[in-house]
Amino acid sequence: MQVPAPFEYRRATSVEDAIGLLGELGSSARVVAGGHSLLPMMKLRLATPDRLVDINDLHGELGYVRVEPGEVRIGALTRHRELLESDELAAVHPVFRDAERVIADPVVRNRGTIGGSLCQADPAEDLSAVCTAVDATCVIRSAGGTREVPMADFYRGPFETAVGDGELLIEVRVPRRPRGSSAYEKVERRAGDWAVAASAAALWLDDDGRIADVRVGLSAVGPNTTAIEGIADALRGREPSEEAYAQAGAIAAERCNPVADLRGSVEYKRHLADELTRRALRRAVARCRGEG
Amino acid sequence: MTTLGTRPLDSFADNDQKPVGYGRMLRKEDPRFVRGLGHYCDDIQLPGMLHMAILRSPFAHARIVSIDTSRALAHPKVKAVVTGADLAEKGLAWMPTLSNDVQAVLATDKVRFQGQEVAIVVAEDRYSARDGLELIDVQYDPLPPVVDVRHALDPDAPVIRDDLEGKADNHCFDWETGDAAATQAVFDRAEVVVSQDIVYPRVHPAPMETCGCVADYDRVSGKLTLWTTSQAPHAHRTLYALVAGLPEHKIRVVSPDIGGGFGNKVPIYPGYVCAIVASLVLHKPVKWMEDRSENLISTGFARDYLMRGEIAATRDGKILAVRTNVLADHGAFNGTAAPVKYPAGFFGVFTGSYDLEAAYCHMTAVYTNKAPGGVAYACSFRITEAVYLVERMVDVLARELDMDPAELRLRNLIRPEQFPYTTKTGWVYDSGEYERALRLSMETAGYEDLRKEQAERRARGELMGIGLSFFTEAVGAGPRKDMDILGLGMADGCELTVHPTGKAVVRLSVQTQGQGHETTFAQIVAEELGIPPADIEVVHGDTDQTPFGLGTYGSRSTPVSGAAAAMVARKVRDKARIIASGMLEVSVADLEWEKGAFQVKGDPTRSVTIQDVAMRAYGAGDLPEGVEGGLQAEVCYNPENLTYPFGAYICVVDVDPGTGAVKVRKFVAIDDCGTRINEMIIEGQVHGGLTDGVGMALMEMIAFDEDGNCLSASLMDYLIPTALEVPDWQTGHTVTPSPHHPIGAKGIGESATVGSPPAVVNAIVDALAPFGIRHADMPLTPSRVWDAMQGHPLPPV
Repeated sequence: MQVPAPFEYRRATSVEDAIGLLGELGSSARVVAGGHSLLPMMKLRLATPDRLVDINDLHGELGYVRVEPGEVRIGALTRHRELLESDELAAVHPVFRDAERVIADPVVRNRGTIGGSLCQADPAEDLSAVCTAVDATCVIRSAGGTREVPMADFYRGPFETAVGDGELLIEVRVPRRPRGSSAYEKVERRAGDWAVAASAAALWLDDDGRIADVRVGLSAVGPNTTAIEGIADALRGREPSEEAYAQAGAIAAERCNPVADLRGSVEYKRHLADELTRRALRRAVARCRGEG
Repeated sequence: MTTLGTRPLDSFADNDQKPVGYGRMLRKEDPRFVRGLGHYCDDIQLPGMLHMAILRSPFAHARIVSIDTSRALAHPKVKAVVTGADLAEKGLAWMPTLSNDVQAVLATDKVRFQGQEVAIVVAEDRYSARDGLELIDVQYDPLPPVVDVRHALDPDAPVIRDDLEGKADNHCFDWETGDAAATQAVFDRAEVVVSQDIVYPRVHPAPMETCGCVADYDRVSGKLTLWTTSQAPHAHRTLYALVAGLPEHKIRVVSPDIGGGFGNKVPIYPGYVCAIVASLVLHKPVKWMEDRSENLISTGFARDYLMRGEIAATRDGKILAVRTNVLADHGAFNGTAAPVKYPAGFFGVFTGSYDLEAAYCHMTAVYTNKAPGGVAYACSFRITEAVYLVERMVDVLARELDMDPAELRLRNLIRPEQFPYTTKTGWVYDSGEYERALRLSMETAGYEDLRKEQAERRARGELMGIGLSFFTEAVGAGPRKDMDILGLGMADGCELTVHPTGKAVVRLSVQTQGQGHETTFAQIVAEELGIPPADIEVVHGDTDQTPFGLGTYGSRSTPVSGAAAAMVARKVRDKARIIASGMLEVSVADLEWEKGAFQVKGDPTRSVTIQDVAMRAYGAGDLPEGVEGGLQAEVCYNPENLTYPFGAYICVVDVDPGTGAVKVRKFVAIDDCGTRINEMIIEGQVHGGLTDGVGMALMEMIAFDEDGNCLSASLMDYLIPTALEVPDWQTGHTVTPSPHHPIGAKGIGESATVGSPPAVVNAIVDALAPFGIRHADMPLTPSRVWDAMQGHPLPPV
């Protein structure tokens, strides 16, 4: 049994209470939600926070998926399993269900949360790529009020986010736009492993069936989830086609920034950025057309 | 006698059958395991028990300049801190390994691998012990490490083992087998010669339960009790007596329930010795349980062989000779567990299942700055490496000859009439019907149809591969004349007592790690005595309760202790027959044995059951002349030869042409382990071993960076397969009994682990044939498969 270093444990009773505790404790405190990333790091003594603020009792306040006419609002403490099982969410943004099917295993999905996944800021994390593709915004609250941070500004480096001391991520908002769909493609060495590389793609068509907009988020091929710029400009106004997907894949491969490790070489990961982006777009288009 | 059979799809256990002897039945031990009521080492709680943690080296190679333990000792809950210097005062800083090398218990001079034991902290609880480690200050002077085994013998390589007098290089040993000159002569005249470099990477057994112990020295009785995760409690007891100078009758080693061993729990680890020392010094029970990272970075690994294979054949596909040159990475200390005369284990069976004219192997083993070990992980003493080598080489040859690999194997398998067959490296295979097993596997898999499907898919650009392997194992070590470990002969004792009411207790020397001994051995005794398995208690794992024997590994339980159990039951039956003759007032010769009862020949109405005899053996009234009361016996079984199970495996994979990801679609395993005692347990062993094999082929490797840092120190980094990576196993069998084993059984525990990796790799390489490659090394992760698809497969080291 691996055992963590000593730490103080506080259990928040409400969002207000959690924010109060975090403000009081400052940088010495870490929030624990599902705990499936933080606790292993503490057991390995890679993380040695002095204090933990446990927010699991806040599921009543922060565990929800609300599909509204203009946007989808997801509470930060929504468990992976709840995202996986939400038919409403899958109908609007199928990329979430795609990703949740390949995130870890049922035991982890029962406890892990979307807020915890985003705030852990692991470069190989899946939902970060998904949220990037669907153009999500993170709602962060502190004693001073609430602020909204788009995914593009959320990450500050590996394992670093825009959430500061005394702040808590409370919600993820995803806009709804017509004639769109999305998909997630991942290669892993084994079920439940971190991605070797993964691509989340969201795509919207215009009234003529041409591409109106595209967003691609890649996982595990950069210091943070990588939003690939330039694909929308290259594809906008074109018919969905293998040539278009290939061009998007080439841009993804060129603009990502992978490093070699036991999961794969730089060359291979760039290849996957290309291949998986093509596959995700192909699937998203099929879904747009009601074929997938 | 050979019988054939494949498992019907609806063959579940029918426990209502309650076989009195061999047959399908649920395992007797499972009710406690499936309800979480097993009793493992870490479940042991003793009054006043302290907890131990080990400080390990962060460096692969470094000189220890100083160790300051004062801050740790000041921790209010820390009871003791022990360093190598402290052990050296007692002469315990070094201990012998199972290969007559020495290994540091706690480092004194320098550290030789990352994760090596440097100091221990004993505290009131596990958390405080771990906290205490953070308070020890060790000053290291880092030295250049030897990580790449191919450079271990370079003239300028740093010398790792300067503790050995006069040691000026990293050479561990050289070994050879076979006839070099005869083999060269065959190669010189052969029409076809192919060679291939093949790496079997370093892998780890990674049992679910890590290693550990509770040491409890009772200063009143002077007795040391050690509960420990040991696959060989008797051998461990004797070694503690020899090494630590403790009187053997004052040592009791107990293996409670073991959560998987796979060879990982054969060696004696420094942690055990430290816990014993701590208990002796502190007069308190001391518990030490490894954490997962400690298990992966410091305990017995497996494989790590770099092999150059060569195979010689005629143009029409007659294999003439196999030759190999091996570079073996033994880590910092030679901790190989193998019989003394076999420093490379049973690698000599690299001649495979084929009738050859010549064979030769030369091996060089070296030290590197990596964890010690060498034989572990369900390998039957290095047969895993040997089978992988020859089965890959046969496929390489098939490619060279443009011949179907099944056809090539069929042309070269040893024929039934050639048994007992002496190989060119001196192994005497006991029995086999190889062609029949291979043909059954091909029928079961639908081999011809699979090849047709493959051709169609290839035409569409899809990558489907079909891989075969045919393996022969050598298990059940072993004959005393040839085999011992550190001077201890490899025979097994067994004791059997039948109580007055006909219930029995059988005491084994071998210890189960989860493979079902409590059921299998009850069934063996049941088959011989006709007493239901439910009425037979199997006692094992406690040296105070069981006879001496060398333990469970190398698939030796059934071949050695299984024979002992049958023999001791027959000895009891022989005595029972004499008592029965008195009861029925006929001569012994006039009695017939019907399972469970003796009856008078020609008069079935006159009979006594084994239970009747048992009551008479202890009861009132006279016994026949010269017969003592009671019904019990003991034996010590010395096998006359190993047993040689074999099997034919076929694997079908699909490779994603865009990503290199491999899906194992189908797997057919035909095994022949001789007489089958409990089909369910055999199938369970095979399923587990096949899953192991898929893991090794696709994902498992203990990797190091250039500084010798272990990159596989958690199960996030060292991957083991899940149910999602494996197909629905199709198992089947043939039965070719061992001629010399009392019940004809051969051992099955490691067959699937040995046989499956080459089948999977052969399938993947077959799928990649369109890319012009003929070999790719494990682990075949998507990235490494993709490298191969680019035409440049890379070795993993």
